[in-house]
Amino acid sequence: MQNPYMPYPVRIDEIITETEDRNLKTFKFVFLNPDDENKFSYRAGQFAELSVTGKGEIPIGIASSPTEKGFVKFTVNKVGLVSSYLHSMKVGDIMGIRGPLGNSYPWNILEGKNIVIIGGGFAFTTLRSSIIFMLDPANRKKFKDINVIYGARTPGMLLYRDELAAWERRDDIKMHITVDATNDPNWKYNIGFVPAVTEQKAPKADADTYAIICGPPVMIKFTQPVLDKLGYDHDHIIMSLENRMKCGIGMCGRCNIGKEFVCKDGPVFTLSQLNATPREY
Amino acid sequence: MKVIKINKKDWADGINKIQDGYRLFGPVRSEKFHDFKELGKGELPDLNFQNTRLSPKSVVYPQTEILFEYSLDEKEANHHVMRDAAKDYSPKAVLGIRPCDAAAFLLVKRNFDAPDYKDPYWLKSYDASTFIGAACNNPCSTCFCTTAGSGPFNEEGLDILLVDATDCYYAKAITQKGENLLKNAGWNAEAEGGDIEKIDALKKEAEAKITSSVASDQLKNKNTNELYEAAFWEDVSFACINCGTCTYLCPTCWCFDIQDENLGCSGVRMRNWDSCMFPLFTIHGTGHNPRGTKLHRVRQRFMHKLKYYVDKYDNGIQCVGCGRCIRSCPVNIDIRRVCDMMNSYDPKACACSEK
Repeated sequence: MQNPYMPYPVRIDEIITETEDRNLKTFKFVFLNPDDENKFSYRAGQFAELSVTGKGEIPIGIASSPTEKGFVKFTVNKVGLVSSYLHSMKVGDIMGIRGPLGNSYPWNILEGKNIVIIGGGFAFTTLRSSIIFMLDPANRKKFKDINVIYGARTPGMLLYRDELAAWERRDDIKMHITVDATNDPNWKYNIGFVPAVTEQKAPKADADTYAIICGPPVMIKFTQPVLDKLGYDHDHIIMSLENRMKCGIGMCGRCNIGKEFVCKDGPVFTLSQLNATPREY
Repeated sequence: MKVIKINKKDWADGINKIQDGYRLFGPVRSEKFHDFKELGKGELPDLNFQNTRLSPKSVVYPQTEILFEYSLDEKEANHHVMRDAAKDYSPKAVLGIRPCDAAAFLLVKRNFDAPDYKDPYWLKSYDASTFIGAACNNPCSTCFCTTAGSGPFNEEGLDILLVDATDCYYAKAITQKGENLLKNAGWNAEAEGGDIEKIDALKKEAEAKITSSVASDQLKNKNTNELYEAAFWEDVSFACINCGTCTYLCPTCWCFDIQDENLGCSGVRMRNWDSCMFPLFTIHGTGHNPRGTKLHRVRQRFMHKLKYYVDKYDNGIQCVGCGRCIRSCPVNIDIRRVCDMMNSYDPKACACSEK
């Protein structure tokens, strides 16, 4: 019997401070046992429990893409006991990861479609995974237009800035980067909140166009009416939820919204699915 | 399967023999209440009780259980890598469990034995157990097992049903595990025709004593969001103090927490029973809490048992009618009343429809 609570041991291979407030760091992990990398076979949109030995576990979206081999990456906001301790750890330290967990974005449905990615703040991690996955030469032809609307409070709060700049230069992905405000005279992208930029830049709805939204509650609250106005069906709006979790496998009982567990039946749901459940997230 | 007649003078001797091959758990009186504990050699279970104050769930699923051990000492090999903790899955006999509590394990098993994930700790512990149920001749006034998928002589989830016929016990082997245990105990006198009728009569008599009931037939047809928004939750939760007694006593509550605990340079990862009654159960790192009020939490407990579970497994409610939460609730919240309110809820009727 495979023990779903046993983490794979990993070594921290690289730590990148992502944002100017230094509250977001990306951790690159390498598996101590090379076989474990094959067992940890994942899809974009899944998450894992990062197991900091002696502190506990935290559920974090996988920021690397299944097309990137030899490591896995997670971007972690410094919030509580485990994430704060993780922020103090060093390259070479040993910890664990357990997963992959959850359902992922519905790639079987998304194939052959136009994709509109709408992200805000640090909820861009599994979206990065998705973009890298779709832009992979073996995958790009499986998708039609890809639009990305991504906003943060300031330029220095955007994640993965080098990659954003590289995607801006490509012609097979339309980037709409925005910040709430900046006094940087060299800022050459949008200024404005994500809902407003969505209204201007997002393609009109059709049966072949799906929106994936990840962001803080306030962004989601004001973006949804915009998508309604653009005509998006609620089963064409895909969202990824977060709730407090422990087991990550639908057993410990805390992350449910109605009868669905965010950890096992989610974290990805369509808005129509969410409309049918109590909003306990 | 066979029905064995046990002469009460052979009882202690049989218990002794069982302990040669099994760790034995049974009800023991301490102060005012009976509760299950592991019995020492020569110690007899005390079957003179209605039901234990706590459910016997801890026999299979300990309140605190160590999953892994680790070293934080960087000089040691494999430091910071989890190691399996030592476990004892040798055979256990649980003698004197009430049929409702044994049936509860079957409800809980659906959670721990899912198609995609198996909880190895719960399953191995459950599989190591043989359940010798004590039929209820005298149910409590709060028992409503007969309308909650169980009954005072219910056999589901038991390996042996033990019936106290005053001058002797009858032991009905329900599974091969049960038959093996009876063999180990050396109880082998097969009951005769008249005995079976006697058991049936006791069963009918016991079932007739259960006058309390719940109606749950309409729960499946209710709309989840409409039930969730029902006005009666305000009334149901008003007096609740979120003490968690209900979830602690309940044989079908399984929620747990996972924590690391360190002592010096080593430590353990353990899991502990948790409760949906506590705000910490769901609070996010940011301070946001999706179930931030006691109304949310009380509603979660009842919606889980009486609606989400019903919808998820299509196999009845997540309650066996043991009545413990009713007996021990300090503010008299009664699951029977809540179940009836949910079962008869009509959102189209006026907002004050609950009586």
